[in-house]
Amino acid sequence: MKMATKTFKRPDGRKADEIRPMQAKVGIVPNADGSALFSFGDTIAIAAVYGPKKMHPQHQQDPEKGTLRCRYNMLSFSVDDRIRPGPSRRSTEISKITEWALEPSLLIKRYPNMVVDVHVNILQANASTRCAGINAASMALAHAGIPMKNIVSSVSIGKLDKNLVVDLDKEEEDFKEGEGSTDIPITMTPKGEVTHIQLDGRITKEQLKEAIELARKSTKEIYEVQKKALKESITT
Amino acid sequence: MESKTKNKIERQVVIPGEVITKGEDYLPGEGTEKVGDEIIAIRYGLAEESNRLVRVISLSGIYEPRKGNLVIGKVENITFYGWVIDLDSPETSFLHLQEVPKYINKGGLNEVLDIGDMVVAKVLDITSRGIDLTIKSRGLGKIDEGIIIKVNSNKVPRIIGKGGSMINTIKEESECNITVGQNGLIWIKGNNVEDELLVKKAIMFVAEKSFMHGLTDELKEWFKKEKEKK
Repeated sequence: MKMATKTFKRPDGRKADEIRPMQAKVGIVPNADGSALFSFGDTIAIAAVYGPKKMHPQHQQDPEKGTLRCRYNMLSFSVDDRIRPGPSRRSTEISKITEWALEPSLLIKRYPNMVVDVHVNILQANASTRCAGINAASMALAHAGIPMKNIVSSVSIGKLDKNLVVDLDKEEEDFKEGEGSTDIPITMTPKGEVTHIQLDGRITKEQLKEAIELARKSTKEIYEVQKKALKESITT
Repeated sequence: MESKTKNKIERQVVIPGEVITKGEDYLPGEGTEKVGDEIIAIRYGLAEESNRLVRVISLSGIYEPRKGNLVIGKVENITFYGWVIDLDSPETSFLHLQEVPKYINKGGLNEVLDIGDMVVAKVLDITSRGIDLTIKSRGLGKIDEGIIIKVNSNKVPRIIGKGGSMINTIKEESECNITVGQNGLIWIKGNNVEDELLVKKAIMFVAEKSFMHGLTDELKEWFKKEKEKK
């Protein structure tokens, strides 16, 4: 099998394991109980957390534990061609994915019959929007004072032809040469436990393991950015 | 942050999942969890240690009622047996007819407390159905005058200060009566509206800078400046 070639160049000249410049900030939505902004280059996500509050409609209340409810939304001006606002097949799916990626880290068992609402909005999209959304949501949940085991960090690993790269952008997502492009979004705790992994496309078992290792390294970098933003927002 | 045994843990900002300390010298308190031999923060806030107990003081989140808490709420509804009180918390709270220190005629509940009235109460019990309140104690009951402001319930300990130092400073400087509810509602009653508004400003000042060192002295300075403005 032909392994990743050393000479492979990414369209924007980044190194294979180089993430786009990140930006993180908390407390950007004053009305929310917790909020955060996270960006990978041109991809910007903001997350706002409301709650825990009484679950409404009442029939959805769970008397055994609290519920996490996420809503992912791309704003109509976030991409070149205006997208139709409102929920779509894609956004409903990503909302659910975001919920699943975050829930293992939360300790909301002590809030029965209550719900924590997370609203993720994509201001500007240039691929990896769900990862930016999950990163922002995780910070916003911590900022809202929700008890949690850990903050999760998310990154997309891409396979361009046979080369593994970190944090895909739009151009790379549309990569057509050779085997084309495969996108693998992965979410992890700083300890390296996977809470979410998605894959559609072809990849060998060995290379998938390699991709997870790459994500483990990259999520640590992201975690440091998230941690710094949270710590800096309190001045003692 | 590594801390040596017997060394005092410094006040520091922690995020969920962060290791505050290792070893058996400390006990995990509020907002922390023991995993293996590490004490880990489960909330975002300030980690503090006192008498070997490590706890994280959160600055956000909802009000979690405790038995015996003094709270301020608004009458939301009147039922046959008492009043439904809104404490600005997700759980509903109830003030039973029996917990009022006087005789009430059936149907005369609204004469004691009507919808929209504010009331100072104490948490009697917490059940799976909700919070039970009482006003059978001195200083509890309906609020007739003054203003009520709202801060995050997690900032209440800071507004009261160690042994009431902060709130006493405000009381002395402004000559107002202040009742701080643990749920974050604060009742201010002064001789005139100007005094009450000054207290409101002072409390907002404390809430905003709640993690500053030596805030009580800072507050005294602040009062001095405010008085000069007049």
